[in-house]
Amino acid sequence: MDKIIILPVILPLIAGLVFILLRSYIKVQRILSVVTLVAVMITSIFMMVHINQHGILTMQLGNWQAPFGIGIVADMFSTLLVLTTSIVAICCVIFAFKTIEKEREEHYFYALFLFLISGVIGSFLTGDLFNLYVFFEVLLLASYVLVTLGGKKVQLREAMKYVIINILSSILFLVGIAYMYSITGTLSFAHISVRIAEAGQDGFITTVAILFLLVFAVKAGLFLFYWLPGSYSVPPTAVSAVFAALLTKVGIYAIIRMFTLIFYHEPEITHVFIGVLAALTMILGGIGAIGYWEIEKILTYNVVIGTGFILAGLAAFTHNGLLGATYYLIHDMIIKALIFLIGGVIVYLTGTNNLKEMSGLIRTHPYLGWMFFIAALSLIGIPPLSGFIGKVFITRGTFEADLFWLGIIGLLASLLILYSIMKVFMNAFWGETLLSEEEEYGSTKGVMVAISILTFITIALGIGPEFIQPYVDTAVEALMNPQLYIDAVFGGNDIP
Amino acid sequence: MKPNDVILHTVTKLASVIIFAFSIHLFMAGHHQPGGGFIGGLTTTAGIILLFLAFDIETIRKNLPIDYKMLAALGVLISVLTGVGGLVLGEAFLEQMFDYIDVPLFGNVELATAVLFDIGVAFAVIGTSVSIILSISEDDL
Repeated sequence: MDKIIILPVILPLIAGLVFILLRSYIKVQRILSVVTLVAVMITSIFMMVHINQHGILTMQLGNWQAPFGIGIVADMFSTLLVLTTSIVAICCVIFAFKTIEKEREEHYFYALFLFLISGVIGSFLTGDLFNLYVFFEVLLLASYVLVTLGGKKVQLREAMKYVIINILSSILFLVGIAYMYSITGTLSFAHISVRIAEAGQDGFITTVAILFLLVFAVKAGLFLFYWLPGSYSVPPTAVSAVFAALLTKVGIYAIIRMFTLIFYHEPEITHVFIGVLAALTMILGGIGAIGYWEIEKILTYNVVIGTGFILAGLAAFTHNGLLGATYYLIHDMIIKALIFLIGGVIVYLTGTNNLKEMSGLIRTHPYLGWMFFIAALSLIGIPPLSGFIGKVFITRGTFEADLFWLGIIGLLASLLILYSIMKVFMNAFWGETLLSEEEEYGSTKGVMVAISILTFITIALGIGPEFIQPYVDTAVEALMNPQLYIDAVFGGNDIP
Repeated sequence: MKPNDVILHTVTKLASVIIFAFSIHLFMAGHHQPGGGFIGGLTTTAGIILLFLAFDIETIRKNLPIDYKMLAALGVLISVLTGVGGLVLGEAFLEQMFDYIDVPLFGNVELATAVLFDIGVAFAVIGTSVSIILSISEDDL
């Protein structure tokens, strides 16, 4: 049973490689990509059930035992993210069938998409710091190509920024890894955690922790998000939805993993610092979201606010805070994919991304309009939709940890989200219908499936959180108790 | 005026054979000594690039009709599938096995599944590096 945890990483990888060999068979690629992602989804559901009954799953590659081998570790937190990733990926790839041009499809779009997914899932499942770097590079390389594919001037301009800032943060990541190895002499998460718990987290280690925080903050869009709005708004909708839903979440996952498993000894320095960055992120992101009139810019600034809010839950570092962060992380992946897909369809229909030039879409596209409304309510966190429960727990967590300012900023940020997203809704859907259905630049044919699936999930998660509640509880229990992770990795071996 | 490159052509024909032979030697040495798929692949690339430089791209493409992008993908695929082989046999992913077998003429030879993995690495390296060089060379506007 332990063996299946490698499948979510290698299935998309193998499929992507096969797609390169079958370059001209677009139909085969489409079918196979959905089949692969569904297989990943089913595998991760199996893993979740198994972890809930028997504890954390681990596998040592090549059977070299921990801490010498390279481990793949699936605890509940990772597995929930893998499941959500596969669902989002399925929806985005279905959306891509209708919206991606033939040239992109012929230039390895599906292969790159699956490499990206493989990198994301690998980052969630790896139990080794260096392999985290490797999987980051896998997903980044795929994303570099997906941003530039098409070669428009604006794409290349944003891609330059995106590539440079990510290379810079990758270099800092390597520096951090080198420091870590020189301090602890190991790169396995579990072993680092043991070594630091033995030796104590002194000032030097805390400095290294801050270095890692900066690295992952760039990837997650925590405070250092200035590259994000540009590069997420230039690629085609299916790609930017995947970026918004998954790429920043990998950074958030890495921060949560590092600061619950390894650097949890000095929360009054590191976690409060994360809290300050989260608060600044929410404020700046909120200002960005209300300031723009381009629909893509507004949505990308909402991604930034989401990042700040999730990490507010980590900054609280209480059971409720992390519970909220986990719920909100899952919700955020779904809802960001959904809102980006709908935003993409709006731009596609009206042929403009300026809110002032569109109006009255609700008459010609009622379903799209109401689904956008549902997504907007969920994004703001109105019950009974999926954003609500995460917001409640994160706010409660920050209040419990006496970080009242953080909780209040989080709630105020929700108001900014409300304003920005209602601006989109009112301008795009209300008012006089400017374009009749014949005059529109595109149609909604074939794209509604993906949007409906995601809308259904956000409603289902809101109405029935009991379905995932036992799993989220298990996830948070493991996050709050690093010993569970360590015991699972070493599996009774001596810890050298 | 056509440049006189008889010496270059003659030396290249000889040298590329030596380079390819040496790269195979490096590849085989890699199991226990310095060498392996990566180095072997790079040396092979050096030989191919030398051919491209001495002759021209069209001639070499006609004589070595390989799609290097495909070669790279195939190489990675071979390596990953070698890892999956371990899973199929009920072992861990990337688990390797080896055995000593008597082969006529060569005597007692060690056969390891790691060689298959290394072949994949070599293909991936050759494919990637030749594609990079070729795409740079096509860029002369």
